[in-house]
Amino acid sequence: MNADIRPIRTPAEQAILASLGTVPEGGDRLADLRRAAARSFEENGLPHRRVEEWKYTDLRALMREAVPVAGTAAVAEAEARARLLRGVEARRIVIANGAVVPELSDLADLEQGLVVTTFSAAVAAGDEALSRLGGIVPSRYDASLALNTALAKDGVVITVAPGARIERPVHVAHVFAGASAAAMYTRSLVVVGAGAALTYAESFEGPDGLAYQANAATEFVVGDEAHLDVVRLQEDGASAFHLATLLFDVGRDSQVHTFTFSLGASVARTSLYATLSGADSHVGFNGASLLKGRQHADTTLYVDHQVPGCESRELFKHVLDDASRGVFQGKIVVRQAAQKTDGRMMSRALVLGDEAEMDNKPELEIFADDVQCGHGATCGAIDDELLFYLRARGIPMKEAQSLLVQAFVGEAIETVEHEGLREALIERAESWLAARA
Amino acid sequence: MPAVQETVDQVRSLDVDQYKYGFFTEIETDKAPKGLTEDTVRFISAKKNEPEWMLEWRLEAFRRWQTMREPDWARVSYPPIDYQDLYYYSAPKRPSQLSIDDIDPEILATYEKLGIPLRERDALLGIESGATKVAVDAVFDSVSVATTFKEELARAGVIFMPISEAVREHPELVRKYLGSVVPVTDNYFATLNSAVFSDGSFVYVPKGVRCPMELSTYFRINERNTGQFERTLIIADEGAYVSYLEGCTAPMRDENQLHAAVVELVALDDAEIKYSTVQNWYPGDKDGKGGIYNFVTKRGDCRGDRSKISWTQVETGSAITWKYPSCILRGDDSQGEFYSIAISNGRQQVDSGTKMIHLGKNTSSRIISKGIAAGYSDNTYRGLVSAHRKATGARNFTNCDSLLIGDKCGAHTVPYIESKNSSAQFEHEATTSKISDDQLFYCRQRGLDPEEATALIVNGFVKDVLQQLPMEFAVEAQKLIAVSLEGSVG
Repeated sequence: MNADIRPIRTPAEQAILASLGTVPEGGDRLADLRRAAARSFEENGLPHRRVEEWKYTDLRALMREAVPVAGTAAVAEAEARARLLRGVEARRIVIANGAVVPELSDLADLEQGLVVTTFSAAVAAGDEALSRLGGIVPSRYDASLALNTALAKDGVVITVAPGARIERPVHVAHVFAGASAAAMYTRSLVVVGAGAALTYAESFEGPDGLAYQANAATEFVVGDEAHLDVVRLQEDGASAFHLATLLFDVGRDSQVHTFTFSLGASVARTSLYATLSGADSHVGFNGASLLKGRQHADTTLYVDHQVPGCESRELFKHVLDDASRGVFQGKIVVRQAAQKTDGRMMSRALVLGDEAEMDNKPELEIFADDVQCGHGATCGAIDDELLFYLRARGIPMKEAQSLLVQAFVGEAIETVEHEGLREALIERAESWLAARA
Repeated sequence: MPAVQETVDQVRSLDVDQYKYGFFTEIETDKAPKGLTEDTVRFISAKKNEPEWMLEWRLEAFRRWQTMREPDWARVSYPPIDYQDLYYYSAPKRPSQLSIDDIDPEILATYEKLGIPLRERDALLGIESGATKVAVDAVFDSVSVATTFKEELARAGVIFMPISEAVREHPELVRKYLGSVVPVTDNYFATLNSAVFSDGSFVYVPKGVRCPMELSTYFRINERNTGQFERTLIIADEGAYVSYLEGCTAPMRDENQLHAAVVELVALDDAEIKYSTVQNWYPGDKDGKGGIYNFVTKRGDCRGDRSKISWTQVETGSAITWKYPSCILRGDDSQGEFYSIAISNGRQQVDSGTKMIHLGKNTSSRIISKGIAAGYSDNTYRGLVSAHRKATGARNFTNCDSLLIGDKCGAHTVPYIESKNSSAQFEHEATTSKISDDQLFYCRQRGLDPEEATALIVNGFVKDVLQQLPMEFAVEAQKLIAVSLEGSVG
């Protein structure tokens, strides 16, 4: 702590730097973004616990080795692996090993006003929509986003024309279908025009036992009076590394609701950055993590109220079994111009395992006076009285616990508006509980 | 509502300048040469006739300090401090601590002006008029000038004396406990303090003794360009109880002055320490010129089972406050409490909060923090609550509320809540809002002007904390709150 010592680069950092030497091609603007991102990674490297935003998720220590970038996946393998949210009636796009698999993706017969292309095709065609890429810049260097910007090959680009209301959800299914550990970087962009509506879902899965790395970033540009619902289900393999960044730019009078559900990966970090740049919008960022074994899941949220009259609601639930570790860092910033802001953030953790750990850091940073802001954080075991109540009615211990956990997580899942997706998430929670019992 | 009326009258009676303790006392002083070197440390140690081990302790701290960097994580900003441009020791010329009549009459007058009676008979007269007895240790710049009621306390077995005297008279106690709660290497300012601390209070309450009166220290910075580095050490032995009060003021000056104190509390089995502070250092003028930099390390160690440490603070002064009174809940069933009111106005910056570190079984802690930001100030609550692996049954309740007055100020909350034990129960809540128009309307409709109405509402907002203060302090604190917010309405 005494002097500025340039840390020695870890093997993982060295390997990543080597892969940055071959930054993928792109249009002029994209190439600039990629080079800038690569440079910032070169300067800052992987974050460690002295970097405030990564205090509880020491990426330098956790990411021991870098793995090569994944090669193309076999279609049959990808098809067999992509199982999540299959029961939900949706337009499905499958991304395997970081590249869209056209054979498994439903890119034809698009509804009026909806445009779906692959990121690689958009780059090749110099798609106009890509000018929105990189528009939301986190206030501090974010290693996971920088790497994604530098290395992402593919993903989806979705544009909803002004006024178009797309009923059928778009589901982007990410799978890892390689035989050995590898890294995949995907970048997606969703632009919802003024007065338009979209339900967007993304899922992540892969085999247990392979230490593959998934790095996914999605940018959402939401126009005035638009409506966007985002559901994210992360069930990566038990040895996987999952780094996710979700960025939102929200216009005037719009509605944005997200639900991020983390069940998988050995280490998962989900960062959400939201900039409220249009007045009188309503946003809700909700989520839940169900963790067991030695899993580590970190949700970091940054909501920036820049304009007056917005309402934001955040509800995050953690259920921690065995020796797992949950991290929630949430920050609500209210700028001086953002009068009449109403922000509420709540983080609750239920600790089931004796060796589990929960770290909560809910922050408020307020520069406007006419506001109503609050946050709450709780952490504790299952209430004995509730257990007693159920057991007195003849319900066995495990089942009583399951019921209470279900009710606990259910409160957050209930915020998902789309019925099919909500049911699917409840089913995932139930099967997690069943596996526990 | 007599209290409110009194507050308002007090505000009115003030001149443009709100800080009433801003005067300077002309006295001859004895100073160490400017700057900080090993020689300065040796000079201070020699002035205090310290034993060799104490000097070594200081020198070790000084060497360590030279290798450290100033912390920059707090939400405060100030120009770099030139540590070589300060006086580290300044004492009134006349010999002190002999008898009350030897004290420079100017200093006595100063304390009288501040409302602190140093003559026991004055204080005794106070008893007749109904006030409680309080023993005072008065620290003027770098030295303690008077300690009252020493004999009476000695009869109860309580040791209450300047720490420099305790180093000579009770070396075994000082050696055992000094630096045991805040280690020499703890942080930049604590290490600096360990090297150059000049005075402060030492309290030892023996086994089973309930201290017969409240103890207090009154700190006064007088000299220009002087840093004040006091060190307080309070030990409550098994089953003992002590309530300790601390007050501080300084003259108004254009330059910033440094105050880097260390306070260590040790509570053994079944002991209880209640520590209250009313901090009213000069906050600087309305443009942020001058004022005290208050960089303080305060920590209590609940070393024994069933021990309890309670911090209560009213922070109204200082240009910058950087202060986190903490409790280490080591003993089983120990308790920690933190009650705070932090008010910032003008260009003041406050970054304050607490740490509750649960180590023992069935420990509990409670944090109530009320921050009020007005003018162009920034007010941050920063706190840590943590339960370690073995802290079975740890409980914490935290409530931090912030009130914003005006649209140019900022209120921030940065809590860290870390639980490593599944049976720990932590609850945290925080809110930020302004004084609601409804409340103001209600008061004004009943004939209160905006300033009176604000004072009334603010007093209601901080009531939970004021209740924790000893009575005389509560009255003073209430007045102080109104004064601090003067000019923030309308």
